[in-house]
Amino acid sequence: MTPFPWLSLLTLLPVVGAITVLLLGSRAARGIAVGFGIVSLGLTLTLWHSFNSVSGDLQFVEVHSWIPSLGVQYHLGIDGLSLLMLALSAIVALIGMAASGSIAKRVPLYYALVLLLETCLFGTFTAVNFIHWFLFWELALVPAFFLIALWGGPRAKPAAMQFLVYTMVGSVAMLLTFLALYLSTHTFEFAELAHLTQTGQLMPAVYPVLGGHWIAAPHFAALLFAGAFLGFAVKVPVYPFHTWLPAAYSEAPSGTTAILTGAMSKMGLFGFARILLPIFGPQMQRFATPLLWLGVATIVFSAFAALAQKDLKRIFAYSSINHLGYCLLAIFAVAKFSGSTALAGEQFAAMDGVFLQMFNHGLTAATLFWFIAMLEQRSGGLRGLDDFGGLRKSMPVFAGLMGISIFSSLGLPGLNGFPGEFLLFKGTFPLAAWNSALSLLGLLATALFLLRILQRVFSGPLNPQWAAMPDLTLRERALLVPSIALMFVLGLYPQLILGIVNSTAIHLVQGLHP
Amino acid sequence: MLAWTIYISFLGAFAMTLLPKRGAAGPRIVALLSAIAGCGIAVTAFIQHRTGEMLTITDTKWIPSLGISYHLAADGISLVLVLLTGIVAVAGVLFSWNIDYRPREFFAFYLLLVGAVYGVFLSNDLFLLFVFYEIAIIPKYFLIAIWGSTRREYGAMKLVLYSFAGSAMVLIGLIAAYVVSGGHSLSLTALAAYQFLPHFQMWAFPLVFVGFAVLAGMWPLHTWAPTGHVAAPTAASMLLAGVVMKLGAYGCLRVAMTLFPLGLSPWSHHVLGFASWREVFALVAVIGIVYGAVVALVQKDFKFVIGYSSVSHMGFILLGLMTLNQLGLSGAVLQMFSHGIIAGLLFAVVGRMIYARTHTRELSALGPMQLNKALPFAAITFVIAGIASMGLPGFSGFVAELMILIGTWQAFPVFALFVGFGIIAGVAYVWRAMQKAFFSTDAAAPANRTHEPLAPISLPERLGAVLLIASSVIVGIFPQILLNVITPALNGPLFGGLRNGRWP
Repeated sequence: MTPFPWLSLLTLLPVVGAITVLLLGSRAARGIAVGFGIVSLGLTLTLWHSFNSVSGDLQFVEVHSWIPSLGVQYHLGIDGLSLLMLALSAIVALIGMAASGSIAKRVPLYYALVLLLETCLFGTFTAVNFIHWFLFWELALVPAFFLIALWGGPRAKPAAMQFLVYTMVGSVAMLLTFLALYLSTHTFEFAELAHLTQTGQLMPAVYPVLGGHWIAAPHFAALLFAGAFLGFAVKVPVYPFHTWLPAAYSEAPSGTTAILTGAMSKMGLFGFARILLPIFGPQMQRFATPLLWLGVATIVFSAFAALAQKDLKRIFAYSSINHLGYCLLAIFAVAKFSGSTALAGEQFAAMDGVFLQMFNHGLTAATLFWFIAMLEQRSGGLRGLDDFGGLRKSMPVFAGLMGISIFSSLGLPGLNGFPGEFLLFKGTFPLAAWNSALSLLGLLATALFLLRILQRVFSGPLNPQWAAMPDLTLRERALLVPSIALMFVLGLYPQLILGIVNSTAIHLVQGLHP
Repeated sequence: MLAWTIYISFLGAFAMTLLPKRGAAGPRIVALLSAIAGCGIAVTAFIQHRTGEMLTITDTKWIPSLGISYHLAADGISLVLVLLTGIVAVAGVLFSWNIDYRPREFFAFYLLLVGAVYGVFLSNDLFLLFVFYEIAIIPKYFLIAIWGSTRREYGAMKLVLYSFAGSAMVLIGLIAAYVVSGGHSLSLTALAAYQFLPHFQMWAFPLVFVGFAVLAGMWPLHTWAPTGHVAAPTAASMLLAGVVMKLGAYGCLRVAMTLFPLGLSPWSHHVLGFASWREVFALVAVIGIVYGAVVALVQKDFKFVIGYSSVSHMGFILLGLMTLNQLGLSGAVLQMFSHGIIAGLLFAVVGRMIYARTHTRELSALGPMQLNKALPFAAITFVIAGIASMGLPGFSGFVAELMILIGTWQAFPVFALFVGFGIIAGVAYVWRAMQKAFFSTDAAAPANRTHEPLAPISLPERLGAVLLIASSVIVGIFPQILLNVITPALNGPLFGGLRNGRWP
């Protein structure tokens, strides 16, 4: 008997929700969507419960033949990282829906698209065959594009277009690379490709088929790597491919931005860790030095760019680039030592840190954009750094809870941001000392711009315009409690996540050794 | 039984002349029934015919002294295209429900065109194929010249001249082949088995290939396509882009490449850096892909965007053919089907849902009408069709272009990079047109405020759209349905000459 297809069920559930929302019309749309979101979260927690955390292998595997003539399989399975990302997507989707209360036009369509996006997230985090994975990776653009373009701010359309074109360029480059791999290996399975890399057969197999007289072997390998790298680099994003992000994040409605930054940006990092590193490990190692400097540039430049912004959403947009930059730095540092058993403990720590940071950033950033959504709702759309002042007096609970989230983003010990960044730097420093040291500049700037928000928005003399701004309602407080509580829980007990992902991290790093 | 797809269409056209002169309901219903019957036969035959190998439907002596017979046969490739014709024909009638100017003649010409197209796809005798191919040209002219729009006489005449020029090249090549082979038979299977001299193939191949490729919209002979599509009434542009352009691609594969496979082999010397016709045509196809997409990006007329997109997508088919490997060739046939469905849908949205209501196709004029609110169904249909057209996974175009890309990587690695650029431009022009036409933020100009409310999308239009979208999605998710018959057909004896070439 085949085991129950839990992952397929999970992936399909939000689609069913989307159709239900569209059919049942506007009145109950939000309620139904949230209902489906909660059920999805419940399902991921069930998976979490029955997940065997000792094994680093894929679990809940489903394999069916799909397009045999192309070697495409319907192949699903999760390891610790995928599971973590599933849980994060489910949580962030709920946060996004909660933060979308001010959406007034075409409500059913909005929530249907959010649910569709959730399906695509689940799909990318569970698929282990390239084409199957690519299907969801590409389809995710459609709901994201419309969420930005139709409900976004005044300049949403160019922003959405820029987002789409950038991501498409990356995707096509990546597609070309994987087609080249398929052509010579006849497989789209990530695991098989990774195995070929591990045994050193991948590039020697690809080059004779496609290379030949027009290009030399090392250049060809670099070209293929560049294609795959570009696909993920645009999504995360890596400096200098990030320019679509501030516009998209600030023009999108805040509920959508919460999902974009909380979950969608993780698609790129997930790809870096789970796809690029195992398959293109040798190339990443070869280019480790420039890659590490790109990581540093991503961290430092985005932090200083955030310092120069006046719009709260743009500040947090750059802050997102900055936080994900740490993950990139650590992944590149691990890649630098891929294939060597030296410093293995540090590599594990760095990978664990990356996974923790991915989850924590998702949770914290999504919550921060939720706060901004509530602030915009109260201020009539204003969200400039200097539009407020002294809000701590008129809305103390809001100020307190958002303060907690900001401190979580800053990495204050006791909150969730800290253990991730700590582990990450603990692992990365011995692997790439100079790069890590320079990245600390970014950490410094982060502290500056985050504290400046606290100062300008919440402290100082009360702006009389906002003297009557209502504090959080009881309902809002109740909704916020789980997120804030989770920040404390993960800050004090990171083992909750580490227990799940540790074997995956070890498995991943050891897989890089021949 | 498949032969009845031809007869029913011709009978339907003939029945139009018997109908009373007044009223449009009669012709519509007769046309719809004929189209549905044809489509039904195509579907049934497709389901029954599992192997994809060449099966003779009927074979009767016609002009024995010249070796010409009435020989109809179908293999997997024919079946896929007959199925496409059936689906697009039904959808075309549904999208022509509003025709009330001389409806009898309109549907008579329409069914004549459909019948001729079925005939080309089913002919195994080259003379017969050529007869059907020529029959198809005549109704095209009248459909455009009488019921068309924007410079219709010019568009119709240009199309006919290009078609005839192409046919003439094909005819010369076929007669030469007939004479050289000894003048015994014009049967495709017989001629394909004959070993023509390499020297002869080397000039006959490009002649026949280009002759057919004119109709497939090959750059730089594509210029009839955008003007013709734009001038044609909706149903005719659906058939033109959806099916008639496939006649050309089908001819390239079925006739030119099977009769003269050695025409693709390398020359003994290089000319301008090219070493074979294969490289020349592959480059031309790639230029077509990129050129069509880039030109579509700057069009002001909505229908021209779609017209140029067809040039780009047809480039994929020609490129797939030139890869000469299993994946590229199957991908090309799959793309013939896929583009037929998607182009049909795009032209239906632009021509019927939008133009018939707004009487303008200028993107800048459509913007202020807030069409996403006025015609939400049209907006959703175009979004889906656009997504399918740019080859996002889940739709038929993705699998087809994917297979062609893999084939291209294998045959011409450098070209694959340029094709990637074409795909990105494809994304850009679809989204540009979509935003300008449907989701523009320009406030409605006062002049347009007084505009009467647009008529809602009617039931036949909805049905047609659903039919085409469903076809694309089903093939997109289960491409194996079509590949199961395409692959054996490509492995059949007819393509033996191509396979023996041992192409890189």
